[in-house]
Amino acid sequence: MSDKPKLAFYWCASCGGCEESVVDLAEDILMVAGAVDIIFWPVAMDFKKNDVEAMEDGSIFAAMINGAIRTSEQEEMARLIRRKSKVVIAYGSCAHMGGIPSLANEFTRSQIMEYMYQEAPSVVNPEKTRPMLSFKHNSQNVTLPEIRNLVRTLDQVIDVDYYLPGCPPTPKLLKQAVLTLLSGEFPPKGTVLSPDEALCEECPRKESKPSDLSFTHFYRPHEILIDKTKCLLSQGVVCMGPSTRAGCEALCISGNMPCSGCFGPTSRVRDQGAKMLSSLCSNISENDETGIDKILDGIPDPVGTFYRYGLATSLLRKKITEDV
Amino acid sequence: MFNSNGNGTPKIGFYVCHCGHNIASMVDVEEVQKFASTLPGVVVSRDYKYMCSDPGQELIQKDIKELGLNRIVVASCSPLLHEHTFRVAAEKAGLNPYYFHMVNIRESVSWVHTDKLSATQKAKALTRAAIQRVFFHKPLEKKSVPVNPDVLIVGGGISGITAALTIANAGKHVYLVEREPTIGGHMAMFDKTFPTLDCAACILTPKMSAVKSHPNITLWTYSEVEKVEGFVGNYKVNIKRKPRYVIEELCVGCMECIDACIYKEAKYPDEFNQKLSKRKPIYIPFPQATPQVVLFDPETCIDFKSHRCKKTCIESCDRKAIDLKQVPEYKEINVGTVILTTGFKTYDAELSPQYGYGKYPNVYTSLEVERLVNASGPTAGEVVTKDGKKPKSVGIIHCVGSRDQKAHKWCSKVCCMYSLKLAHLIKEHTGAQVYNFYIDMRTPGKGYEEFYDKLMTEGVHFVRGRVSEVTDWALVPEEENKLTIRVEDTLIGVVRRVPVDMVVLAVGLEPRVDAGDIRRMFNISCSNEGWFLERHPKLAPVSTFTDGIFIAGACQGPKDIPDSVAQAGAAAAEVLSLISAGSIELEPNTASINEKFCSGCKSCIPICPYSAISFNDGTQKAVINEALCKGCGTCVAACPSGSIIQNLFEDDQIFSEIDGLLKFADIELEEMEAEHA
Repeated sequence: MSDKPKLAFYWCASCGGCEESVVDLAEDILMVAGAVDIIFWPVAMDFKKNDVEAMEDGSIFAAMINGAIRTSEQEEMARLIRRKSKVVIAYGSCAHMGGIPSLANEFTRSQIMEYMYQEAPSVVNPEKTRPMLSFKHNSQNVTLPEIRNLVRTLDQVIDVDYYLPGCPPTPKLLKQAVLTLLSGEFPPKGTVLSPDEALCEECPRKESKPSDLSFTHFYRPHEILIDKTKCLLSQGVVCMGPSTRAGCEALCISGNMPCSGCFGPTSRVRDQGAKMLSSLCSNISENDETGIDKILDGIPDPVGTFYRYGLATSLLRKKITEDV
Repeated sequence: MFNSNGNGTPKIGFYVCHCGHNIASMVDVEEVQKFASTLPGVVVSRDYKYMCSDPGQELIQKDIKELGLNRIVVASCSPLLHEHTFRVAAEKAGLNPYYFHMVNIRESVSWVHTDKLSATQKAKALTRAAIQRVFFHKPLEKKSVPVNPDVLIVGGGISGITAALTIANAGKHVYLVEREPTIGGHMAMFDKTFPTLDCAACILTPKMSAVKSHPNITLWTYSEVEKVEGFVGNYKVNIKRKPRYVIEELCVGCMECIDACIYKEAKYPDEFNQKLSKRKPIYIPFPQATPQVVLFDPETCIDFKSHRCKKTCIESCDRKAIDLKQVPEYKEINVGTVILTTGFKTYDAELSPQYGYGKYPNVYTSLEVERLVNASGPTAGEVVTKDGKKPKSVGIIHCVGSRDQKAHKWCSKVCCMYSLKLAHLIKEHTGAQVYNFYIDMRTPGKGYEEFYDKLMTEGVHFVRGRVSEVTDWALVPEEENKLTIRVEDTLIGVVRRVPVDMVVLAVGLEPRVDAGDIRRMFNISCSNEGWFLERHPKLAPVSTFTDGIFIAGACQGPKDIPDSVAQAGAAAAEVLSLISAGSIELEPNTASINEKFCSGCKSCIPICPYSAISFNDGTQKAVINEALCKGCGTCVAACPSGSIIQNLFEDDQIFSEIDGLLKFADIELEEMEAEHA
């Protein structure tokens, strides 16, 4: 083995998009691969847990872990990698804030199981089979990891040094992060490796944002023809840009879709969804309750809109239900 | 969480007040005191009978000096009452006053609870919240801004005149801006004033001339305020002077031009006389108009319409004062304070069609009758009907547009008294039988009830009941060619029909049509009814929620001359007090934008109730004018990137406070769980 810094990638509850984003480095991946040894990357190379266990503690220079934590296996692997790594980076929205998987915190585990294995229209399961933690098969004991009742962010399970935000993080930010770490200049612990202003700062439509939004109606993107040149909020489309950290260079907006908030809040905001709600509601044109309700009817799924990526890290965190 | 904020490790002094029995009877103050002494950071914890008393304050000051306290928490009454007291006490002991925080365990706890145990628990929870909060307090400095000694008064009625003279006599410069061509307002239209029956003109016109000749008053009539910017002590005001087509400085009011006008007969309705007489296109509103300067009505002057007039008026003016090419003049002034005395309008009687105003010629409004009885009015003081006859009977209908679910719910306050006055004057002028139709007679005020008594001895008739209609449909021969007033006389329980020659509608007072625009321009509030809103109905009746803007007279609500004059004096005193202080201190609980992090999303700009936020096009960031900011926190809530910070309400402080509050809930939960186990 060379003495180049060792890099590890791991995935937990995620869609695989974060892994894709590593490949999206394109030719730059050669630069990264040249500078480091990738010693663990289950999605691309064949490694076993034993291989990691065999490594010396702290021998991995940096581990990038994506995905939220929702199973006992993910907890175990996250803790193992933490032990073996000098620097752990929560990679992507799910590791950073819980991501889309943490929307499951709106439901209880049994509600989810009931739906997935029984009620979903595509399921045929007359025997009411459910996944079990262990069972005997051909006299062998087979085990499955347990799904926890709560979907958590990476830093709710292990100590995290840095965060690379985004769903997924952009190749540019990944490259910058790797170069920064390799340079030996470590930013303060807990830093989110992206600019700390809101997205409006780098939005190409910033100039077209009026100073008085005064919302009279909210639309979902499929409900109207969106003017490609004008601020989405000025068109009544909920754009999370004002409450979302910059760094993506307004990718979604360039594709004529509103920002959905995947970079999370700025360092000054405790709860991104609450902040955006507070901001939008401050600018609603109506003053009486029925008028306000009517306008807000244009946002049928507030949790999915304002907490799409951050329910696990929000003040709400989880719906309290009886079978907690 | 131990944040020292620059004055060392937090050393907190906690004081809980008994407030006599007010708090101590419902909250176990000793228990709260003991509880606080166990909390992190608390160096000393005491309870005392009256913390706001001098010995109470000295207790704090002594502890600050002897124990080196650098945070003070007092659990007592509402901060509205004594926050200032304790801040000053802390400051006198050498501590920055903003290291002090107050917990309200009286209005929020002892006065609203009935169970001593839970009230004490709540007091403890609030105490812990406050103690956790002060860890994050920072020293703040009050900013001071100078007060420009010049004053703007908007509206030249009796309130504006009184305030202007009071301030000018104190040696301060006043700009008095009046929309109409003359000052004097409604009072100038009246003949006599109640209850003394002294002549309105005799007591008003000397004041009007005093305004005109006062070296400290700049009088701009026929002018309107167009724009107001700035903040207390430093307002910039733009005023438009509408063209009179007469050079004010040259005109001496000889009125030769009016005689020389090509129109030999006056043929246009005279607004000042409530359109009961006619005027020419060039006119002066009334003989004592101030300033004594004529003006043109371009709507009716031939030269403005066709440019083909012989302009005999110009020829007649030796002083060359007429300038038909005059254009509006725009003035910009700087003042430190403003008094709004924009007055009222009377209710439009046509909106209550049952009384026949506009339908029957002999139905008059009270203001029209004021002009009729006035010696300089359209009939030279003769009270006559439209056909020129002296009425033999007159009915005065009270509460027209007032105390009426279909019009205004409020009592207009002055109508009972002016109806009595008009009844007296009509009777005096004509000897007619005068009937007052009233719901309730409301005559509180010095000499008012006595005036009512006097009227009853004069043989004026009083019928208690709201009039249902005025009609010319005669049912009996006595009603022929008369107006019949139909009313239920509620004192004798019958419906009466009273035929009269003349009906007077005692119209109520309502806010001016453009009161809303004025309110927005000066950034003050209006009540639901549209009257300008005072800061406090009892304790700050002429102040508004915008510092440096005061209100007086009927723009704040219906009121008579004595009340308007009293308010004008009060407003003048408020203004002089600010000027005299020379500068004012601004509370430092303002918001500020962290320019480095502002993304320029503009979410905060439209929602600021004080218009304190503007957008800097150069930097593409929002900026808060600290002098305008009142610290309401609206923008802080609206800033989606958390880039606005409000002093005394920072996230650290609030989260820590909530944490302190909820910790108590945790303990309660544990106790509950322990019980269940």
